[in-house]
Amino acid sequence: MEKRVNLPITRDMAREIKSGESVLLSGTIYTARDAAHKRLVRLLENGEKLPFDIENATIYYVGPTPAKPGQAIGSAGPTTSYRMDAYSPALIRAGETGMIGKGKRNAEVINAMKEYGAVYFAAIGGAGALLSSCIKSAEIVAYEDLGAEAVRRLTVEDFPVVCVIDSCGNNLYETGRKEYLDSDL
Amino acid sequence: MRTIHASLLTDTIASLCVEANCRLPEDMRRSIENARNEEKWDTARGILDKIIENYNIADEKFVPICQDTGVCCVFLKIGTDVHIEGDLVEAVNEGVRRGYRDGYLRKSVVGDPLRRVNTGDNTPAMLYTELVPGDKLELTVAPKGFGSENMSKLAMLKPSDGVEGVKDFVVKTVEEAGPNPCPPIVVGVGIGGTFDKAALLAKKALMRSTDERNKDEYYAALEAELLDRINALGIGPQGFGGRTTALAVNIETMPTHIAGLPVAVNINCHVTRHRTVIL
Repeated sequence: MEKRVNLPITRDMAREIKSGESVLLSGTIYTARDAAHKRLVRLLENGEKLPFDIENATIYYVGPTPAKPGQAIGSAGPTTSYRMDAYSPALIRAGETGMIGKGKRNAEVINAMKEYGAVYFAAIGGAGALLSSCIKSAEIVAYEDLGAEAVRRLTVEDFPVVCVIDSCGNNLYETGRKEYLDSDL
Repeated sequence: MRTIHASLLTDTIASLCVEANCRLPEDMRRSIENARNEEKWDTARGILDKIIENYNIADEKFVPICQDTGVCCVFLKIGTDVHIEGDLVEAVNEGVRRGYRDGYLRKSVVGDPLRRVNTGDNTPAMLYTELVPGDKLELTVAPKGFGSENMSKLAMLKPSDGVEGVKDFVVKTVEEAGPNPCPPIVVGVGIGGTFDKAALLAKKALMRSTDERNKDEYYAALEAELLDRINALGIGPQGFGGRTTALAVNIETMPTHIAGLPVAVNINCHVTRHRTVIL
């Protein structure tokens, strides 16, 4: 029962994706972790242009391992998202509609998602070898000096994620746990 | 006196870094596969299947199980009848440097905690040395990911808090971590010693196999009770709900001061990696 979504995700599309849905993403996404987020938000604060088009962009919180010869990318699972909480509201205001990571988000991020229409996905943390097979190409677009933390443009095909927090603020980390605890198991 | 050349340490560490990052230890596989078979919640079973598929792919292609190939923790137990010829610390770091370069592992270390420039070769290792009797050298390489490291905690409890205080602190730490450390997790607990020793005990507890209980029955029972309480939280694999929140709770202890009860909880993810060889 997976839903296929072709990127980019518009704000209207973001509002159609619901918490708990399994989604296969295909198209272009960008990578950024802590250090890159800090630089991106600084550019926004200074009114400067970002190194990629943030309008309707999906950002994947990942720092891949180096590609072995013949690989498009090395292992590439998600990193923990809360470290990006300080930066995400500014990026959402600037046009970001999708975020891929793992773990909790704070109220400021969720409020921005609700206000502007954005969606937070989780990929399976620690499944870097498996997720890597859905990434068809990778190229560095900015901050090469950051190594694994550089901003990369990825082409993904049927990249498996779960919508954890939707644009209404529904949160699978709360509902999934509650549903299990309320069950007879 | 037996002489071991430092270059042997370098070669051994280099190959252990790659091996540890690409092949999940047998005890972890057994624990995850058992948990998969016992898990009754559909979503949770699906996630555990993907986790199993992932470490099998990593094994087959000899690629890192997880992109966070960690900061490299190295534990050396050096026999007092061993003479190491050469620079021990440099030999260890050279092993890490070579393993992370030649094994296509991620370089995840910054040279300064505040100025944050990547060292580019994953050095320095987090090195621990211990002197033991004999003429052997035991070497453990344990790459440690920081998604789980960041969810770890330490408390200086009061003696009056007792075992109930310890239990509550461990369970609360896991509950607050929720989905962040990539459950199912392994929980290392260090009780006693001093502030620093408790943390080291917790780290060392993570080196013990997940299917080996504490040799002291009292602590073996405490490990079992804590595992049950943690798996009743309902967090489940990746935090999407289910029974399998933790695979094991490993406790290590040591004597402590009459005024104190230090407790440290070091969390590790489902990619708990460690390799040991004896030279």
